Amino acid sequence: MPAIKETVKQVDDIGVDKYKFGWSTDLETEKAPIGLSEETVRFISQKKNEPEWMLQWRLDAYQRFLSMKVPEWAKVNYPEINYDDMYFYSAPKDVDGPKSLDEVDPELLKTYDKLGIPLKEQEILSGVKSNIAVDAVFDSVSVVTTFKEKLSEEGIIFCSISEAIKDHPELVKKYLSSVIPKSDNYYAALNSAVFTDGSFVYIPPNTRCPMELSTYFRINAQNTGQFERTLIIADKGSYVSYLEGCTAPQRDENQLHAACVELIALENAEIKYSTVQNWYPGDENGVGGIYNFVTKRGDCRGKNSKISWTQVETGSAVTWKYPSCILRGDNSVGEFYSIAISNSYQQIDSGTKMVHLGKNTSSKIISKGISAGHSSNAYRGLVSSHRRAENARNFTQCDSLLIGNKCSAHTVPYIETKNSTSIFEHEATTSKISDDQIFYCGQRGISMEDAIALIVNGFCKEVLQELPMEFAVEAQKLVGISLEGSVG
Amino acid sequence: MFNVSNLTVAVEDNEILNNFSLEVGPGEVHAIMGPNGSGKSTLAHVCAGKEDYTVLNGEIILNGEDLLDFEADERSTKGLFLAFQYPIEIPGVTTLTFLKSSLEAHYKANNKEILSTPDFMKLVKKKAAELNIDDGMIKRPLNVGFSGGEKKRNEILQMALLDPQICILDETDSGLDIDALRLVAEGVNNLRSEKRSFIVITHYQRLLDYIKPDFVHIMYNGKIVETGDSSLALELEKSGYNNYTK
Repeated sequence: MPAIKETVKQVDDIGVDKYKFGWSTDLETEKAPIGLSEETVRFISQKKNEPEWMLQWRLDAYQRFLSMKVPEWAKVNYPEINYDDMYFYSAPKDVDGPKSLDEVDPELLKTYDKLGIPLKEQEILSGVKSNIAVDAVFDSVSVVTTFKEKLSEEGIIFCSISEAIKDHPELVKKYLSSVIPKSDNYYAALNSAVFTDGSFVYIPPNTRCPMELSTYFRINAQNTGQFERTLIIADKGSYVSYLEGCTAPQRDENQLHAACVELIALENAEIKYSTVQNWYPGDENGVGGIYNFVTKRGDCRGKNSKISWTQVETGSAVTWKYPSCILRGDNSVGEFYSIAISNSYQQIDSGTKMVHLGKNTSSKIISKGISAGHSSNAYRGLVSSHRRAENARNFTQCDSLLIGNKCSAHTVPYIETKNSTSIFEHEATTSKISDDQIFYCGQRGISMEDAIALIVNGFCKEVLQELPMEFAVEAQKLVGISLEGSVG
Repeated sequence: MFNVSNLTVAVEDNEILNNFSLEVGPGEVHAIMGPNGSGKSTLAHVCAGKEDYTVLNGEIILNGEDLLDFEADERSTKGLFLAFQYPIEIPGVTTLTFLKSSLEAHYKANNKEILSTPDFMKLVKKKAAELNIDDGMIKRPLNVGFSGGEKKRNEILQMALLDPQICILDETDSGLDIDALRLVAEGVNNLRSEKRSFIVITHYQRLLDYIKPDFVHIMYNGKIVETGDSSLALELEKSGYNNYTK
């Protein structure tokens, strides 16, 4: 068998057939009436015991959504989504909100245990698991948030967004949709109308969050969309590192995940947001999988603020996602590090936007796309500078790696500058894993599968090293890499 | 020990090796010389298990096993090493990482205990120093931006680490200046032992001044047409291949 053909086969084997999170948990659930309507929106708001202002906010978003059209500019193809056949709310019975660990259904705890998500604080404190505070979101609700008390000693608020709406309405009112307006885009409007849960983080001034914060999303129920909303505010001079992970069971139908994540960094604050996205990608023939339509945006609102996005995208049938930075404050910094791996019939259209508004702002984009199988992998990015944005700087590097000859990689960079002092650099490469590289590794005793992992590891290195340790491990596993073999 | 017999190999419809046979005993050094296109590199690649060749007939026996039954990585762990004429670049993967992956694959295949990282580092540093390879070089991505001399020394470093039984050097002298050539040849000479054999493919007698062969073969049209001792190489240097290619 020619090496490349075998390579493709190998990658297929490590990729799709070994989706480890494809099992589902059998739980009694409570669902909203099927389909999308004003009733559904009211049902969700009522389920969450939301105040009237929140309901009105949602209904306004729903009205805007009705007048909007599905965006068609991305390089992805999928059948029209029928919102009438979908549930917009599904919660394990008897879970109205996060509880203490003792009260959580053991079946749920087992689920997270199986996923390797540390929820038991004792274990974590005794050093069995790594030091992360976790908000666990199961379908439409947050089931547990760990380390809340310890964090609140520092004045840090880490809770589900549903709780925040009730307990911290002043912060939610002030910041929710201040980065992503309700009618920003079709999916953001949909999310605003029907979002069910997600995480809320507030870091008070001059506080360095003492542990990694993390949300773990799990879609379990059938025919159910997940619409989470995350809002993170880093007040003046604070720092937080936040991790997001996601998995879903293996199902034949497509499921929708339309999230919104808003980050706000005030003066001298820094937010580091990392994602390992491992939604079910569909089977080797492209049946099933998650539609991942996500709006993520960070606002460097204060001077000298910094927002950094790191993402490892391996899952989902279709990904439409552009974590962006608005560099509003003078001297603010935006970063985007991405590894996007597509296999089988996966489609990815992902990238970032760096919008330079303040003076002396700088941004950096490192994107690594790896395509295998019949997949399509597009980087789409925008770097722009406002006419008042003196001395804006950007460096962009987009590298694509192709495995086999049925996949494709595309790079669509937009650069718009309205200020002559801007310096924007763009570098792009496209390469293939060659038969010669595989043979060379083989001649040194390294099997084809290990050789591919080694080469891909090398290709992604710049991005992998940006991940927090806890996630780097998961990410490497995902990429099919064993760092055991690496000492460099 | 290493025995190639009646090997016939084609690329598409062209027969490159034509009933080729060669017997290499333990500790022996065989030089293979021959004009361009005589099939020298094909022989090296087929022995190492490169795809794109069709083996029509013959065997490649190492320690009683026919290597043709095994993939390239298995042939490597069974003790065959090929020093490449053009070592391949792998961006982003440091030489050290590559060496460790390679060595671990060998240990695993041969049921040997994997070295701890400090022991591995000690071993690499020792072998590297013998070849005048500094720490900086092994921390750089594999072969990327290496000079010709660095690439070839890196090949010999790998050979030293993997401890093979049969080494094939495919025009290792090409692209080397005289100092680098001496260094590489010394590296090879240090590895000569009663158990390890070499097949040295070269165009020039010069390399054989440093690596003294037990046998010199002249290859033409996919087979060996003449065999002698090192004086044969000297004679070739004077009169060329004309006497053997008619």
